[in-house]
Amino acid sequence: MEKSIEMSVKNRTGIGMSPVDSKQMIDAAEATPPSSSGDESALAALDSVYIREAEPVGSVPPPGTLKGAAQATLQKLTGKHPEILIDKLGERLAFERTGTRLYDYLITKCETAPADSEIPVDTLRRFRREEAQHFRLVAKALESLGADPTTQTPGADVSAVASSGVLQVLSDPRTSVPQSLEAILTAELVDHAGWELLIRLAGEMGLDEMATDFRAALAEEDDHLMQVRQWHEQSALSQAGVATI
Amino acid sequence: MAVKLFDSRGVPLEKQRFTWKEMVQKPISKLDDEAFTRVRIILMNGLEMEALRFQHLCARMNKDLQVPLAKVRRVEQHQQTTVNWLISSDHSPLETTIAYEQVAVEVTAAVARNEPEPYLAQVYRFGLLEDFDHLYRYSALLDRLEGKDANNILQSHTDIIPGRPTIDEHRAPENDLRDHYDRTKAAAVTKLHAMTIMAAEYQTHDFYANIGPMYADPVARQLYAEIASIEEQHVTQYESIIDPTETWLEKWLLHEAAEAYNYYSCMEQESNPRIKAIWERFLDYELGQFAYVSELFKQHERRDPAEIISDTLPDPMPFKSNREFVRKVLDQEVNLRTRGTQFVDKAQEDPASLDYRQQVNSDGSPSQTVAAGYQWSPGTELNRKVA
Repeated sequence: MEKSIEMSVKNRTGIGMSPVDSKQMIDAAEATPPSSSGDESALAALDSVYIREAEPVGSVPPPGTLKGAAQATLQKLTGKHPEILIDKLGERLAFERTGTRLYDYLITKCETAPADSEIPVDTLRRFRREEAQHFRLVAKALESLGADPTTQTPGADVSAVASSGVLQVLSDPRTSVPQSLEAILTAELVDHAGWELLIRLAGEMGLDEMATDFRAALAEEDDHLMQVRQWHEQSALSQAGVATI
Repeated sequence: MAVKLFDSRGVPLEKQRFTWKEMVQKPISKLDDEAFTRVRIILMNGLEMEALRFQHLCARMNKDLQVPLAKVRRVEQHQQTTVNWLISSDHSPLETTIAYEQVAVEVTAAVARNEPEPYLAQVYRFGLLEDFDHLYRYSALLDRLEGKDANNILQSHTDIIPGRPTIDEHRAPENDLRDHYDRTKAAAVTKLHAMTIMAAEYQTHDFYANIGPMYADPVARQLYAEIASIEEQHVTQYESIIDPTETWLEKWLLHEAAEAYNYYSCMEQESNPRIKAIWERFLDYELGQFAYVSELFKQHERRDPAEIISDTLPDPMPFKSNREFVRKVLDQEVNLRTRGTQFVDKAQEDPASLDYRQQVNSDGSPSQTVAAGYQWSPGTELNRKVA
């Protein structure tokens, strides 16, 4: 792969690349009044109508047949709202599962363009393994509550929509390793915040063992975030010719 | 409740109107709505897209009908929007693809089971096993690309296992054509079936042809290129079972009858009351359009519309899992191939198809690549692989 960001006259998107035509466009737009009055708040007004009428994205199914430990665990949550925890667990599970696929893409990219990347692939493989293990950890946590880990919860659904762009960037053969690192950084930042929230939720709900397990996962996520951020910064500084390492 | 095509006047065409707000309603819930509600929406979108397509083609060849076609088509356009916009935006393109293949499998299976003409039932079973395999390949892609479980869409109604392998579905064009029903002898249900499945496959083809390039992943791009090509083959197949000697107006009338039949089937079985109300409204619209086109038919062709379609619509097409039927067909017919319009064993396949297949797969097979070693597991294959 060539250097990922080069300077060239090929990028025609800005008005500076077409001064004559751009001036004509600007003149015409300034001289032509809008065809209807108002401003961009009209979009918000229409959106508000739909927001008021909208139904939720979906719901969380009740736990299945409860046996032994699951029943005991759920009883601890009497008076609280376990569906919120289940929703967030479902979200984390889906995120870790997709995260595994993100690392698959990043590994392939680094292996295919080693000159473009100084990232140790073994470290990436470890991160990938840890994401997969986190996925299993969360699945077990759901099972301990009698919940079905194959369910797509509203949190899982919405967060998948939010992170769909990250997947699109990672799976694009044209994006460079630095560009892919930036996309994975987005995912790791959200992931980190997600784990912190789960630890807080589990702790406040009296699920101490679950919170302890999650702290161990968070320690690994701390490492992912720190490393990815470091690689991302280093690659940008290096490409800018101001590398310090 | 039996529906009479000729006696039920439905809603007059001039009263079939919409506002943008009516067309853009609250969508369904991907999580909470029944999978067959989504199947019905996709199916009816297919019927409406076919209505638009046909009514445009008809207008190109029939000057005298251009104004009535434009009037009916305007309504079909707005019906299509209303129906298709019921799909919520949190369906990723690949999740929507899984849903499209569920439509293909379950609706084709239902049609194959109820089709009275044995040769046509075989045609449907042949196509069924191929769409069934597409579902398996796309499920592998959803798992390996997005890390998601296709069963969240399928809701356990439809198996995810290989069908007739997609790599073997590429045929020389002449081997996709079939024999057609006789318009003077075919039962109403035969004609309605053919129209329905042809519409569904055409929609599926167009969907894949449009969204394929929206994927960044090259395996995804190649897989859509491959399966879109098969869907085009399927459109060729299903188009060819329709009697080409039907007149334009005859075809138009059959289109309206097929739309009425499918809205009726949807209405009778819809579990979501809000969506059921849409099916009811649109059944009444189609009955009104049928009445309108009937008059044109009588006026232009000086024939009785009852010659080409029976008054009473057949029993509703069932919307339910056809798991056992599909498994039986898979067991018995996975090795069928074609030689011209006939179905033959693999060993007798036309060499022209083998040549084409060998050439088009000569840089590799995306459908084999994407599903290499793939077995569906609940919660994705990672669930099985990670201790």
